[in-house]
Amino acid sequence: MSITELNWQAQTVEDLAGRTIEGRSQWQLTWRRLRRDKVSMASLAVIIAMILLAIFAPAFASLVHHPANTAYPIAGESAAGQPVAPGTNGFWLGTDDTGRDLMVRVFYGARISLFVGIVTTAIATVAGVAIGLIAGYFGGIVDTILARFTDAVLAFPYVVLALALAVVFGPSLTIIIAVISFFSWAGIARIVRGQTLSLKEKEYIEAARSIGAGPFRIMFVDILPNLLAPVLVLATLYIPSAVVFESTLSFLGLGIQPPTASWGNMLAAAQNFYQTAWWFVLFPALALLITTLAFNLLGDGIRDAMDPTTERLLAARRKARRGGAQ
Amino acid sequence: MTEQAAADSRDVLLRVDNLVKYFPVRTAGFIQRTVGHVQAVDGVSLTIARGTTLGLVGETGSGKSTLARCIAGLIPATSGKVFFDGKDITNLPRRRMAPFRRDIQMIFQDPYGSLNPRRRVGAIIGDPFAVHKTVPAGERKRKVQDLMERVGLNPEHYNRFPAEFSGGQRQRIGVARALALQPKLIICDEPVSALDVSIQAQVLNLLADLQQDYGLTYLFIAHDLEVVRHVSVSVNVMYLGRICEAGPKNPVYETPRHPYTAALLSAAASADPEAAAARQRIILTGDIPSPIDPPSGCRFHPRCPKAQELCGIEEPPLEGKAGDAATHLTACHFPVAAGEKLATAGRREQA
Amino acid sequence: MALLDVADLTVSFPTPDGVVRAVRGVSFRVEPGQTLGIVGESGSGKTVLTQTLIGLTPGADITGTAVFDGTDLLRLSEAQLRRVRGARISVIFQDPLTSLHPLYRVGWQIAELIRAHQDGVAKVSKTEAQQRAVELLGRVGIPRPERRVDDYPHQFSGGMRQRAMIAMALALEPRLIIADEPTTALDATVQAQILDLLLRLQQESDTALILITHDLGVVADIADDVMVMYAGRVAEQGTKHQIFYEPHHPYTKGLLESIPNSSVASDRLRPIPGQPPSLINLPAGCAFHPRCGYVLDRCVIEEPEPRHVGTEGGQISACWLPAAAAGVGEAAEELREQVVREGRSGAAVEVAQAIAANPEVV
Repeated sequence: MSITELNWQAQTVEDLAGRTIEGRSQWQLTWRRLRRDKVSMASLAVIIAMILLAIFAPAFASLVHHPANTAYPIAGESAAGQPVAPGTNGFWLGTDDTGRDLMVRVFYGARISLFVGIVTTAIATVAGVAIGLIAGYFGGIVDTILARFTDAVLAFPYVVLALALAVVFGPSLTIIIAVISFFSWAGIARIVRGQTLSLKEKEYIEAARSIGAGPFRIMFVDILPNLLAPVLVLATLYIPSAVVFESTLSFLGLGIQPPTASWGNMLAAAQNFYQTAWWFVLFPALALLITTLAFNLLGDGIRDAMDPTTERLLAARRKARRGGAQ
Repeated sequence: MTEQAAADSRDVLLRVDNLVKYFPVRTAGFIQRTVGHVQAVDGVSLTIARGTTLGLVGETGSGKSTLARCIAGLIPATSGKVFFDGKDITNLPRRRMAPFRRDIQMIFQDPYGSLNPRRRVGAIIGDPFAVHKTVPAGERKRKVQDLMERVGLNPEHYNRFPAEFSGGQRQRIGVARALALQPKLIICDEPVSALDVSIQAQVLNLLADLQQDYGLTYLFIAHDLEVVRHVSVSVNVMYLGRICEAGPKNPVYETPRHPYTAALLSAAASADPEAAAARQRIILTGDIPSPIDPPSGCRFHPRCPKAQELCGIEEPPLEGKAGDAATHLTACHFPVAAGEKLATAGRREQA
Repeated sequence: MALLDVADLTVSFPTPDGVVRAVRGVSFRVEPGQTLGIVGESGSGKTVLTQTLIGLTPGADITGTAVFDGTDLLRLSEAQLRRVRGARISVIFQDPLTSLHPLYRVGWQIAELIRAHQDGVAKVSKTEAQQRAVELLGRVGIPRPERRVDDYPHQFSGGMRQRAMIAMALALEPRLIIADEPTTALDATVQAQILDLLLRLQQESDTALILITHDLGVVADIADDVMVMYAGRVAEQGTKHQIFYEPHHPYTKGLLESIPNSSVASDRLRPIPGQPPSLINLPAGCAFHPRCGYVLDRCVIEEPEPRHVGTEGGQISACWLPAAAAGVGEAAEELREQVVREGRSGAAVEVAQAIAANPEVV
């Protein structure tokens, strides 16, 4: 029995049970499968927690009475001018090199990282999908130009550009967002173009043309919905890249400048303190790690949840291993 | 008027004149050279009378699907002409083709591939309304539900996805989509080949009913000879890009004049063991040649049990043969005579 | 003794949405040298049935027995099954393009098969195996086999690839060949060639053949016995003559009536109403009853067991209609109508009305 027949069998079960369904969309089915995946749910929880911490960072700062950019040279620094350890003087995670509350700054860093991550991914996705769709669907000279341009962008060394822009305009949040978006859309465009090339050959696209639909209608009404699934996975996996990208730029001094807290610039400052103030290195790094890991795991989970074939195959193999010789 | 009379009266809805479609074969690389052509359709002429069904039969490489797509304007023709209702619609640019798209629709073979899996069925069927702006958005749902009922689907399933329907039901969705704009001609490209046997009959009956109710004209493409015989009034048999025999169905099926038609008929598996055992078995040698390098002269000659020297040199014209009805045309230098047994034939002995 | 004796085979697959009961208590026999045609549509279970016999359904729940030449195939370990597959039972699949390895030469694949099954007693050298491969390709009608033996599968046409698959199936002289829709993907004229070939080879080597197909024409052509499957069970079994000319089960009758047939000219076909059922949620009683023109009250409640019907013997049908109601003659039809009148007063009335209300789609 083919997979398609099995799928159809499975989906018609509900109405025999008497419930009227509107129509189970791909998203509803994906969500159902995703819910059962503990790792993905845990990652989702972590991400939501991160977002909440970021949103409520100012509230937290006033809770502990330590604004993010205020240095506490007396309470927050040891006699020798070193950062104090976690737990001292009301600093839950200790302080940084200038005596600022580390925990508050880590939360404020989350604001930057998540903001940059999500905004740049959104811009890159919209641009990448549009360019990939147009290149893939039209083919010919349009495709050649757009595809070569995409390749050029992919090959370009981003650090050099970021450095140049930082020198000319001075480093800022806008520069970072511009740079990261500019270098992220190309990867998405390339994948979308590939998908479009194969989707274009499907019979239902031919059917749309036979009705008289024009190219833009076909691209956005017929092809785009079929792209959303892989694009969602891609976007979820791009967010952590963007976060790391921002951290890297800030680490190199080309991005967010102190006193604004960014995990990147915190790690830059923490370089010299790894022997004396391990917490200064550990907590920003841990925050970065947890965030990127959570997004990556969630992205993997979404991809698996969208592909039911893998699930059945894995279940069958597990069963066979357990069953052994019949 | 009977179907046969309608066909003979020559109220022609579709006329194809010497249509040719070659696909260039290019080398790979940045600068591509054309090294040959796939001669998919090589000079096909046919007519379809209004309100009738023309069956188009052929195997792989016959070019029947390519021909259908050229007629529908999905692929540009290399040369030749297509006339619809008297007007020349060959290779029209998209805007000028738009009004004809309402009159010419297609039903596709693959029930699992011809519907967009990410769109709801109501949207799919209502697509023609949206594209041609013939029905305002508010009224579309009702019209779509009317169509669904007409083709035997439950209108309450308007918001379902194609994956929730069986193969036969999906074909019905395709039929509903094709009917939306009340077309005159529907090109059916193997509409029942991918369906279970018991469902095929349901869909064939539906197509017959619709033809009667709406006065539709069909170009019915299939490889199953029995199905074609059931639905068609006239039949054209294609081999490797050319028509080898054409005519009203009964003469073609009962007294085939082209050896290929005879072989095809003998190969048609009939669900009747005694008939199967009794029929003349013409087993052709070899495989169907590639359309990139077709044989010279009559394309069938390398496999033909009656081939002679002339067949490899000169292509036979499609014309009436002595003793046949005026509309029964054959492209063969040495057509099969009535009652003739072909060289490789012989009754098969059951062990 | 029968070459293959399958008794009460049941195969189920657990899925997140429920248990798919693909095969439900199927029994049949294949004698040496005989051709059995298994006919069914999607969801009939015919492919799962044969795949289970050779152990190609991991993860399934299997009960019943399948005794082949004295051994129960269902109780064999994977290692033992590997020795059976190819050597004593071979399989021909529907799409030869995906069942032949695209990256190895065809001759090499056949030779490799021969050498993989050697027992250590009679060692076959590479040259000998290659020789045998050439012989086999010639036997299945591939012209100039000594040249084609070094070609890759993509260099063969569809018909030739299928012949190559048949050559592989014959290589070790199996006692049983299972052909799963071997000609469905082929053109009509090529199909005729392949069927002719199969029949000839089978007669030459006295191999039994199980031919699975949805095409009644193919079965009418080369089968000796026919088994019609519906929703995982055997609806009817018998000789070719019995099934085609004296069908008893309404599903068999319905199938035969729904095929366009030049001998019975009419404007409309008589399709079977409705769709095949979901194998997760089967109807109560007889799985075919929601679509049956002869539904009785009993059919809605109790699933019929296969029993002997017809006049000649050897014909089995799983239906509550009386044994004498076989065939398309008037007497049989009258008998059926009489039974229907007497046996339809309760639940079956609704079913019959539903079918009558919407004869095309149920």
